Amino acid sequence: MQKAVEATMNPNPPNAFRPGDHAIQSGIQLKGVCKSYGDEWERQDVIVELTAEITPGELTVIVGPSGCGKSTLVNLIAGFEKPDRGEILLNGKPVTGPGRDRMVVFQETALIPWQTTYQNIVFGPNLRGDLKGAALHDEAVRLLRKVGLGEFMHKYPLQLSGGMQRRAELARALINQPELMIMDEPFRGLDAMSRGLMQEFFLKLFEENRRTNLFVTSEIDEAIFLADRLILLANRPSHVRAVIDVKLPRPRHYAMLSSPEAYAYKREAMAILHEEAMKSFKATATSQDFIDAFSRRTD
Amino acid sequence: MATMATPGSGTTPASDLPTRLRTKPTGFALFWHQTKTSLASPTPYLTAFGIFLWFFTYWLLCEGLQLPRFVKIPGPVTIFSEWFSMNPTQGISIFTAEYYHHIAVSCRRIAIAFFLATAIGVPLGLLMGWSKKFHDYSFPILETLRPIPILAWVPLAILMFKGYETPVIFLATLASLFVTTLNTMLGVQSIDEAYFRAAGCLGAKKWDVFRHVVVPGALPYIFTGLQISIGVAWFSLVAAEMVSGDFGLGYLILSSYVNGVTVPMVIGMLTLGFVGWFTSIIVRMIGNRLMQWHVRALALQGR
Repeated sequence: MQKAVEATMNPNPPNAFRPGDHAIQSGIQLKGVCKSYGDEWERQDVIVELTAEITPGELTVIVGPSGCGKSTLVNLIAGFEKPDRGEILLNGKPVTGPGRDRMVVFQETALIPWQTTYQNIVFGPNLRGDLKGAALHDEAVRLLRKVGLGEFMHKYPLQLSGGMQRRAELARALINQPELMIMDEPFRGLDAMSRGLMQEFFLKLFEENRRTNLFVTSEIDEAIFLADRLILLANRPSHVRAVIDVKLPRPRHYAMLSSPEAYAYKREAMAILHEEAMKSFKATATSQDFIDAFSRRTD
Repeated sequence: MATMATPGSGTTPASDLPTRLRTKPTGFALFWHQTKTSLASPTPYLTAFGIFLWFFTYWLLCEGLQLPRFVKIPGPVTIFSEWFSMNPTQGISIFTAEYYHHIAVSCRRIAIAFFLATAIGVPLGLLMGWSKKFHDYSFPILETLRPIPILAWVPLAILMFKGYETPVIFLATLASLFVTTLNTMLGVQSIDEAYFRAAGCLGAKKWDVFRHVVVPGALPYIFTGLQISIGVAWFSLVAAEMVSGDFGLGYLILSSYVNGVTVPMVIGMLTLGFVGWFTSIIVRMIGNRLMQWHVRALALQGR
């Protein structure tokens, strides 16, 4: 947390957003958020006392083992669900429900299958009526070209490949000029090749206007490649285990992942995640072999 | 000046590859293309062979071997010679006006019943799937009424409505209403929560969600339901016509049996089968037209 404060105080940090940038940027503050599910007699605490900050203009990546409550956290910030306790503040105001200021790119594709790609893109602006006619059409086509789907705009989502669907979803979120983008493991399920390309593409988009971004993943390499700041979640019930500021220079490219700096970040993050994983293994009394194997992997 | 390359040079010889249509043909060209594609697939031949096999077995049982139990049943030769006869001995053939009158009366009843059932059932099902409150009010009633066989409603229908027409239509409507409502409701419930969330995120209000997510999302189920419901409508129509009616295919079947003429009875049955099949095709075609996204998704899976 201390590092973050310094970063915002510094008038000219290395990765500050450039002037001439029109995106309005929002920050999110999570204060002592708790969420649990289930009946009273068998309550499952998913999130306990989670306190964190998503700084405007930064790409914050939340990393944690799968099943640790990352998606629940996304649902809370997006406003689909309400926390049991604690506060979620968007620019100082509590989040009460979903809104166009926070666009979510979902884990599985949520493009509406009965609308063509183009119809999906213009769906949001049409609903609200804030962008109309030729201006809307031009903007939709511009974004579709930008994500490389110009030729595919009249295809239905199910006719597109997994990577194309993800890009269409990015375009659908971007046309709404959200103040905050929330991405819940958006590249999961893509093959390694498309995944790498999508990461680079997404990073390019982000570095263009530095729209505040919350990116959730379980892949440590992806996290370090993208992040300004890493928030490592503890295993269930999840809370913030550690915060690492990633100071790799921008614009980034894939080769940087093999630099000693990136490797140092990875070691640091892995050590913490390893500790968490060990805790959960011990808690469930899993066999010693498994723990040994895991220790060897991270050494 | 650079020499112009001759067209086609340096490309793969086109003769090695199957010819591909660059633009979608229209009108007769499209029809011709579809016919050619269809004739190149085994489907039409298998269908023709299946129909032949079915009629051959029927002939063998009744007229070929004249097995004891099938002796009283008119065989296909008798049926078809009567069906296509200018002077039918038992009164019904494709050249008699009465035959078409029976078909027309039944079709009219089906059209009204199916329209009513759809007009009531689809909105009802959409509401039941969409609103938990409305579901809680209405679902128990639906589930209580649904298992009552349509024949059990016949006396009630005759008591409630005058004449021949209304009770018959009422019974057919009732039967297909339950199917349509239930399928529509399940259709809404089957929609992935992610689409509701996406729409909410993009700023959709309640009515927008209903229009853009609930209705189109439930369409595949609705049309599956409508295909079943038109079948059920025919089924209950015939049952109703047998009990209360003056014309119609169901009436034809029963009155022929009562009068001891078995040939028109079987003609009535076969006609009913073909007309029912035809109405089901129409429903399917309307569905495919409305759900291009679904059709294309299925086509990608090779279906």
